[in-house]
Formats: sequence, C-alpha cells, structure tokens
Amino acid sequence: MKFSTEMKKEMGILCLVTGLLMLIPLFNAVGPESGPLSVSAFQVSLWGKYLTYAVLAMSLNLLWGYTGLLCLCQSLFFALGGYAMGMYLMLMIGERGAYKSVLPDFMVFLGYQKLPLHWEPFYNFAFTMGAVLWVPGLLAFVFGFLAFRSRIKGVYFSILTQALTYAACLMFFRNDFTFGGNNGFTDFKDILGCNINSDATIRGLFIATTALMVCTYLITSGLLASKLGKVQQAIRDSENRVLFSGYSTTSFKLMIFVLSAMIAGAAGALYVPQVGGINPSAMEAAKSLEVVVWVAVGGRGTKWGPVIGAILVNFIKSYTTHAFPDYWLIIMGGMFVCVVLFMPDGIVGVYKQAKSYFARQRSLETTAA
Amino acid sequence: MIPHFFFLGCSGKSTVKQWICLLITVAILTSAASARDARTVMAELMQAERAEQAGLIEELSTYGDTIIADIYEAWRTGGIYLLEQDTGSQLLQFTDAQEWALVHNGAVISLSEAEAAAAKKQRPARALRKQMKRIIDTLGLKADNTALRIDSAIKLGRSQKAEFIPALEARLKVETDKQVISALQEALAISWLANGEDAQVVEAVQTLKALNSVAARAFLEELMQAEGDNGRADSSLSDACAEALISIERHMKQQEFFGSFFRGFSTGSVLLIVSFGLAITFGLMGVINMAHGEFVAIGGYVTFLVQNFFIQTWGLSSSAFGWYFIVALPVSFIVAAVIGLIMEVSIIRFLYRRPLESLLCTWGISMVMQQGFRLIFGAANVQVNNPTWLMGNLSFAGFQMSYTRLLIILIALVVVALTWLLLRQTNLGLHIRAVMQNRHMASSLGVPVARVNRMTFALGCGLAALGGAVLSQIGNVGPSMGQAYIVDSFMVVVTGSVGNLLGAGLSAMGIGMVDQLLQPSLGPVMGKITVFVVIILFLQWRPGGLFPTLSRSLDD
Repeated sequence: MKFSTEMKKEMGILCLVTGLLMLIPLFNAVGPESGPLSVSAFQVSLWGKYLTYAVLAMSLNLLWGYTGLLCLCQSLFFALGGYAMGMYLMLMIGERGAYKSVLPDFMVFLGYQKLPLHWEPFYNFAFTMGAVLWVPGLLAFVFGFLAFRSRIKGVYFSILTQALTYAACLMFFRNDFTFGGNNGFTDFKDILGCNINSDATIRGLFIATTALMVCTYLITSGLLASKLGKVQQAIRDSENRVLFSGYSTTSFKLMIFVLSAMIAGAAGALYVPQVGGINPSAMEAAKSLEVVVWVAVGGRGTKWGPVIGAILVNFIKSYTTHAFPDYWLIIMGGMFVCVVLFMPDGIVGVYKQAKSYFARQRSLETTAA
Repeated sequence: MIPHFFFLGCSGKSTVKQWICLLITVAILTSAASARDARTVMAELMQAERAEQAGLIEELSTYGDTIIADIYEAWRTGGIYLLEQDTGSQLLQFTDAQEWALVHNGAVISLSEAEAAAAKKQRPARALRKQMKRIIDTLGLKADNTALRIDSAIKLGRSQKAEFIPALEARLKVETDKQVISALQEALAISWLANGEDAQVVEAVQTLKALNSVAARAFLEELMQAEGDNGRADSSLSDACAEALISIERHMKQQEFFGSFFRGFSTGSVLLIVSFGLAITFGLMGVINMAHGEFVAIGGYVTFLVQNFFIQTWGLSSSAFGWYFIVALPVSFIVAAVIGLIMEVSIIRFLYRRPLESLLCTWGISMVMQQGFRLIFGAANVQVNNPTWLMGNLSFAGFQMSYTRLLIILIALVVVALTWLLLRQTNLGLHIRAVMQNRHMASSLGVPVARVNRMTFALGCGLAALGGAVLSQIGNVGPSMGQAYIVDSFMVVVTGSVGNLLGAGLSAMGIGMVDQLLQPSLGPVMGKITVFVVIILFLQWRPGGLFPTLSRSLDD
C-alpha cells in the first residue's frame, strides 16, 4: 500500500495533534506541582470534556458536512450513550449510596423494591459498551428508516429530528421512566474498579477520549476515500442525480446516520464519567443546535473544522459565562449570526476566503491597469 | 327610624313603657321590613322577652346578611355587652379589632374606662341558641350572591339533615335563578335520600338522575350498598340507584369529553395563529425562523406593557382598563412586524439561498432576544391580568366555556379570514404567491421581490406576536414562553404541507385537539409523544403533508 504525499501530510498532522494532546496527561502525571507547565486533574477532565464535544461535532459533520443532512438529534444520541454508561456507573456505586442500598439512590427515593429488568445487564461492562453503541444506533435506524423512506429531507428532516429530541427529552424528565427523572445520574464512585476521581483514572479517560477522536478521524477519512464516501458526498451535492444513477440513497443515508449516531453515543459514554453526571437537559433541543453551531463555526465539511469549532466555542462559552454572566448569551448569539453571515465556511475556511478575496482584488487591478 | 331610637331609649326591664314600644316596633316594622335591617332585629332580639322571640326569629329568617352570623357568634361567645346609663341603655359589640361598636347600626364608639367596666356581658338563652343555629346555617340560602346561594344549598344537602328540609323547600318556592333552583332541587333530593319514606327516596333518586347530579354519586352508592346489605339488592330502589348512577356517569364522561374538546379547540386556535406566521415565513419564503418563538414572546410583553400603560393612566378598576387587551392586539402586531422588518433587512435577506444556515442564524438571534427579555423584564414571568369582561363562563347545556377561550377562537377565525383576504384579494397577496411559486420568474416579470420578502417576513412576525398577545390571557408571559410553541408550530407546518395555509389551519386544529383529548388519559408528556409518533406515521402515508404542492419541478 502506497501513501500519497497528501495522505502523508494528513497523517503527520494527526500524529502531531495526538502528540500534543498526550502532553496534557503527561504533564499531569510527571509535571511540576505549580507554574505554567502544571496541569491539574480538573484541567485534564475539562479538556477531556472538550474532546468528547469535538467527537460529537465530528459525528455531526459526517452527517451535515458530508451528507447534507442537518440532524438536530445529535445531542440525543450523545445523551443516550451517556445514559447507558451512567447506568453502569450507578450500579457500580453499590451500597455506598446515601441510602446504603444495592439500588441506585433515586430508585430508593421513588420507592422501588427491586432493580427494573432492563437495568440488570448493565452490571456487565462489556454489555454496557455494546449498549452505548447499539441503543443510539437502533434509534437512528428506526427513525432514519421511517424518515428517509418517505423522502423527508432538508429542512423537514431537521425539524423532525428536533421534535424527536424534544419528545425524548420530555420522556427522560419523567420520574417513572426509571432513569432518574429531573436529576438524572450523579455521585459516581468507580469505573472498572478504579476510583473515578483519582488522577490516574482521569488521565486514563482522557487518553481513551483522544483514542476515540483519532478513531473517528480515521473512520471519517477512510470513509471519504472509499467509494461509499463518494456516493455520500454526491448525495449532499445533488441527491436526485444520485437517485437517477441507480443508487438507493435511502440505504446510504441510513448507514451514515446510524454510524454517526454510534459515534455520538460513544462520545457521550466518555463524557459522563469525566463530567460526573448526566441529566435530561443534556438532550434538550438547544444542545443539538449548539453542536451544529460548533461545526458551523469550525467549518462544515472539513476534517479538523468541527474539532476546532467545538473546542473554541466551548472555551469562549466557559470564559464568557464567568466574565459576563448577563451578556454571554448575547455574545454567543451575536457570534453565530456573524459566523453564518460573514464566514460561511467557518474558521478553517477563512484562509481560503481571504485568498480568493485577494485574488479577485488583484485580477481587478490587472484588468484596470 | 323613629321607633327604634325610641326603643333603644327605653331603660330598665319589662316596664310598661318598653312593652308598648316593642309592640309598636314589631307591628310597624314587620309590615315594612325593608325599612329595618338585620342589625336592628338582632338588637331587638337580644333584649326581647321570651314571648316576642318567636316573632323576631321568624323575621330574622327572612334576612340573608352574613352580619347576622357575625353578631350571633359574638353574642354566643360573650362579645356583646349591655351598657346601662342614665340616658338609656346601649347594646355594644366588642369587635375583633378591639373596638366598641353599636349593635343596631355598627357605628364604632369610644367608651371611657368606667363605662367599659360597667358594661355587662350578654348571652343567649339555651332555647334561643338552637333556633339561631338553624337560621345561621341556612343564612347562605338567602345571600344576594347566586354563587353563595348555590354553595350553601349544596352544603346543606350534603349534610342530609332533616332539619334543613323546610328551609330548602321554603327557598325553592321563592327562588327565581335557574341555577340556584337546580342546586336547591339537588340538595333537597340528597336530603330526602336519608330522611324520606321509600316512595320519597325513589322519587329523589329519579330527580337526581334527571339533574345528573355529580355530588349525589357517593350518596347513591352508599344507598345501594345499604340496600344490598339488607338483602334487597334487587329492590326497585336499588335498581333506580343503579340506573341513576349509570346516567350520571355517562353525563360526566360527556362533560369531560366536551371540556377537552373545547380546550383542544382553543389551544388549536393559539397554535393556529402562531403557526400561520410560521407557515408564511417558512412555507412561503423558505426561511426557518427559529426566533419565531421570541416574536410570540414579544407579543406577550407588548400586551404586558400596554396593560401597564392603561393601569398608570386610568387605573386598574376603571372601565378603560377593560379595553387594554383590544388595544394590545394591533399594537403587538405592529411592534413585532417592525422588528421583523428590521431583522429581514439587516440579516435574513442574505440567507434566502441558504435555508439550513438561516436556521442557525435565527437561532443565534433567538438567543440574543431571549437574553434581552431577561435583562429588560427579568427572568421571572410577568403578570398580565385578564380584563374583567373576559372573566366568567358561558354556560351551555350544563357545560362551561370561559369567555377568554371563546374570544381566542374568535380571534383565530378573524386572523384566518384576514390572512386569506390578504393573500387572495390584495396586490401584495398576489405578489407573495407569485414569489413563492417562482422567485426568478416573478422577479423578471417586474414583481419587486425584495419588497415582497420584507412585507411577508414582517407579516409572519406580526402574526406570531398576535399569537403571543392571545396567549398572555391563558398562559404565562416569560422570556421563554415561545419555546413551548415553536416545536409544535413546526410540526403543524410540516403536517399541513409547507406553504399551504389551509393545511396549516387544519393541522393546527388537529394537533391541538388530539393533544388535549389524549392528555386526560395519557398525561401531558405521553400525550405529546403520542402526537409526535402519530405525525411521523402520518408522514409515512403522506410525505408531503395534508395538501402537498403539485409540481413537475425537482425540489433541489
């Protein structure tokens, strides 16, 4: 197998980014206690959280950037993966909860006598890992099948997925849905027998998240290079032509949709232990729109755009919520408006935009002269 | 007036003088009862001899003033004093506010310490107490307020005490209000259930069946149980009870159904106004306005501001205040339309070719607007009062429809009519439809596309605010009030075919109705989810919605 120069360059960048990211847990483990090079456990988990967001943005980019499907239920898939992981973590608390019962605290509180049947398998970590993937995948399959079959596309697809998120969110807010209602899951103790709050576990989770990001990147590039990826991008550009050429766009779209849901679920599963909890507000319709904004700000249809967008927007968000608690929504909202209006290709596209602008200027000058 | 001053002027006990004056008072004033009031009679009763008490109590039972209960309570618990002075004796009530008041007219007077010490406590005799209690208990039947009369009748009936039957029957003879009459009949029938002979009981059961009395259900069930326990489970009485129960049950179900139906109709109407705005911006222009919900909130807040303006200028209790809602409707429409116009000119017009990005951009605007509301009006909901003429219910076939919800339905009808007229009968409407069908062709035929876009967008935003103004009468006005409607409205537009106002109208009504009809049995959350699933399945059957636009062109 031969690598083209472009591919070599890409792999080089990927290795560089991974290497830089690995510095974070490294400095946490062996770095100095204080000073500019010290990295606290809090910062490691904060960056870990940003990286799960980046993976989530990448999963949406696969759909929106490369297939032209603006999906507004990405946060739902993310939260479903998170809930599956949360169930395992809740069961791992064992009898150390506030009520000293084998049941999770909220179940004791709501008067459950024994564990509901669908919770039982989540004692098993392998099953949990499977559920993290197949639960969002299955939902995406069923919904996608119904939606794509009846040729729901474009804006309508966005609206229906938003309504799906809304409905699911309402459902998870209910106490009798056996997922903790309003408060969701929290107060985790152990993951795979390790203390979830110890530095080593936090570093491990960070490394796992980086690995997931690299995997997602490789899947995306592999897909784009393949024939399937070509069809995928053709669907984005003109679905009717693909349809007339004899391809069943429904199955292609369905496959990408399920894949993207699974990636989002995996990101959610890594998000929960690093943040230390999950509740239904993680799947609110607004959260899905936020993901779209990350992708738009970074640059849709580019490989690194979503990652840059997710990290940058969340960074600004953390900063503005502290610095301007009253105005941060206005700042963020204004930023989205500006990005959409003036940077249609996002931050990654700014260079290209500027280049074409200057090229046009120059050609105007030459014609004038 | 002269006689009672005369009477109070009498001093001492059972003098001939007092006898005479009492006789005169009773004789004159029973013939002209309107000239006396309950206080006077109470005052007389307190000083009357046993022989006259019967007559005075009889007279007292014709009054419905609640003051009788207050004074009697004071009398019974030792709050009434008799102050004997050289100039005459006075009956005084030591009120809760620690003041001395004259019993016969309620005027507050001040006493010196010596006088206060000289005042003697008065108590009713035992025989009197029993009679007074009956008067007090049935006092509500004579109240001026019909609602109070109904309440009192129901309370007396539920007690099932034989002693109230004469009072209820007496009132039934003179009562003129229809609702009170049926309440009295119901109360009497319930009383007879416990106190009558067999024939009377059966008759009462039939009356209750005819009245569809919900209150009587428990009593009927009890009666049937008792019959069964006595081994007469198949007696005519228990048959009648069973029949009555079934009939009442059916009536209740009907009421509930019509109630949900009516609520669904009015909820659908709000949804219709809001989604008409969306159908215009989204359907006709292809712009997804995520800030549509914020325009709904603008409508709510403008109504709030107009209300405050009316309160400041004319005051809350003035008749002018009632008009604020009528004024708020056009004002909120205009304010939102202007804001929409500004938004279109500055931002939206750059996004007509990028519908998915208009979604992002307007979402950003919605965030800014929501936070703006929070900064201006605070994060909590603001208080919007209903004008007095909108309070109350229209009663139809025993089932209540609030004026507010009726007005909402009316407004929705007007909006539908006006929008239809605008789109079908005006030049602007013609242009809007032309641009919607084919933007480029319309433009090359000389339709001012940019101006039409501006007007259409402003119209859509104005309609959203109208929906918000209406919503302020039945819901909360707060920064995120529009969020609850935005998802529903999008569903309405998708289900009713994009760009089709008739479809939007029908699906708004349908979704509002199904939502409200499902809510009693499934609860609000499951109701919403069921509606959502139904919509997805409906779109399997008709992907283009109710009335898809037929066209030969490919859609991308």
